Amino acid sequence: MTAKQIKRTLLALLFAPITVFASGAGVHLDAAPDVQDDKAALQNGAKTFVQYCLNCHGASHVRYKKLTELGFTEQEIKENLMFTADKIGDPMRIAARASEQKQWLGAAPPDLSLVARARASEAGSGADWLYTYLRSFYRDENRPTGWNNKVFENVGMPHVLWELQGEQSLDHATHQLKIMQPGSLSAAEYDQQIANLVGFLVWIGEPDAAFRKQLGFGVLLFLFVLCGLAYALKKEYWKDIK
Amino acid sequence: MANDTNDQQSKYKSDGSLPGNLLEWVDARFPATSLWREHLAAYYAPKNFNFWYFFGSLAMLVLGIQIITGIFLVMFYKPDASLNASGIPIAFASVEYIMRDVSWGWLIRYMHSTGASAFFIVVYLHMFRGMLYGSYRQPRELIWVFGTLIFLCLMAEAFMGYLLPWGQMSYWGAQVIVNLFSAIPLIGEPLSLWIRGDFVIGDATLNRFFSFHVIAVPLVLLGLVAAHILALHEVGSNNPDGIEIKKKKDARGIPLDGIPFHPYYTVKDLLGAVVFLIVFASIVFFAPEGGGYFLEYNNFIPADPLKTPLHIAPVWYFTPFYSILRAMVWPLFGLEAKFWGVLLMGGAVVIIAFLPWLDRSPVKSIRYRGPIYKTVLAVFVLAFLLLGFLGTKAPDYAFFGLIPGAPVAQLCSLLYFLFFLLMPLYSKIDRCKPEPERVTFK
Repeated sequence: MTAKQIKRTLLALLFAPITVFASGAGVHLDAAPDVQDDKAALQNGAKTFVQYCLNCHGASHVRYKKLTELGFTEQEIKENLMFTADKIGDPMRIAARASEQKQWLGAAPPDLSLVARARASEAGSGADWLYTYLRSFYRDENRPTGWNNKVFENVGMPHVLWELQGEQSLDHATHQLKIMQPGSLSAAEYDQQIANLVGFLVWIGEPDAAFRKQLGFGVLLFLFVLCGLAYALKKEYWKDIK
Repeated sequence: MANDTNDQQSKYKSDGSLPGNLLEWVDARFPATSLWREHLAAYYAPKNFNFWYFFGSLAMLVLGIQIITGIFLVMFYKPDASLNASGIPIAFASVEYIMRDVSWGWLIRYMHSTGASAFFIVVYLHMFRGMLYGSYRQPRELIWVFGTLIFLCLMAEAFMGYLLPWGQMSYWGAQVIVNLFSAIPLIGEPLSLWIRGDFVIGDATLNRFFSFHVIAVPLVLLGLVAAHILALHEVGSNNPDGIEIKKKKDARGIPLDGIPFHPYYTVKDLLGAVVFLIVFASIVFFAPEGGGYFLEYNNFIPADPLKTPLHIAPVWYFTPFYSILRAMVWPLFGLEAKFWGVLLMGGAVVIIAFLPWLDRSPVKSIRYRGPIYKTVLAVFVLAFLLLGFLGTKAPDYAFFGLIPGAPVAQLCSLLYFLFFLLMPLYSKIDRCKPEPERVTFK
């Protein structure tokens, strides 16, 4: 073994653990674009959610009225988004009952109110997981739905957005996905659509998160001032302790 | 009638009113002034407290935060495992109701969930302070024993509180821990059944844990805290030099190195409290999930008795002890390894209480201890941290993918116990430095 070979082996050993970590979660997750400050993107995501997801998945912890915080008027919500409820204060439930869904589909599709928080892991944020997952469906004739997913193997859900993305196939040798049949959107447009949808899912995970952070700065500012006063008070009292 | 022989009664004027102020009136009936003096204004604490001495008062602060936020959470939380119209367990949904629909509910809830972790951070540091400066040594043995009981209560409180949000980790964590009791020979199975009130964790378990979490354990906890402080004020505080300030008193009988707790330590602890609140608020407002350690990601999924998560880990503050439990993999004397693991885990907590009688060092403080104790304590801390880290990982975890974690956890468990069991030997033979006559200040 030459010195160079030894060095190379040592280097490989050094980086081996990193490769192990990276492969730990199975797949690499793409970073989801952050659209939390973009009301238009979140509105777009809300529409996609109501149109494609809300048929089977509820977001039962979220009330329709809460969507006014995304810039929708109550009128707009009632006319364009509220298909499963009568009152604006009702939660975003599905029309079917969970028990009925269980009969029809084998398992009730999970409520999505908190999916973005639940899907976080060491591999990435919940948003990253959702963003990668919703772009990783491929055709698989061995599955009862005809669909499989690279991130969520043998997933029960078919590719609901296939009309938009088209049909992908998985090259089992390279583990790469390829568009076989284009959909109504281009790849870039589809990614944007999914980014908006994921942004909406992140938002409903904790709609008050932005306010929480905003308030946090105020609280910290107050505490820093208080800290200065407390320090001065302590100094004043302790100056005669020798 | 001999009513006027009583000193207290003679204070009244003939019309029944008092000559002095309201405080005098109260003092004639309740020891307000004497309590104030005994525990604050005339409680003489050593003047050389350092950074480590903040954590006692901070633990009280966190206890206050937990009780107050807890009271408000109980107003809206529902301990009910049945499913609502959307198929979500009512207990889980009620937590989300607090997070979304209750005014300021998210703040109260995040303060409570962050407070749980903060409590353990503060208490672990408080305990470590005791080990650094020998605060458990004679005459403070009972303070330490009460403290260990508080720690035990805190663990029970945290464990039962963690079931209440009724998420996947709540459910399966409780399932795993309650199942541990079934490892006890003969009575194990009926015992775990009795604890759960069902064959699996269910509505009965949720309701009894709720009752224990909000009433029974806090009641015991408050009593123990009172005993902890009363015992402390009876003998007086230790200090970083580990010498008794009561040995050197002035003509009035006040320790030369003592200062009244109020106002000196009230203003100092106030500063400590504000610094703590800055850290606390940073987590509550900017990272309430604590990177998945304070609020586990899996706990955002409602409890599902039919879906076992791939990797069940207890919350971070239990992981050192959980690691010790998992480290025991050898069956002994015809009893399964799990039983011995449970015994070791329990022993790891109980053995802490015996510290006052295990330590035979002539000095109390780390400042005057010899090289042996310093080394041993450093190894103990490292072992404890490693156990904690490994407890958050799956049993097949390997450092850098190379060094398997399981044997490391076994070694660290052994070191943990050796720290205590060998203490009578190594603390005695250590080369200690002479203690000073008076405390070192500045």
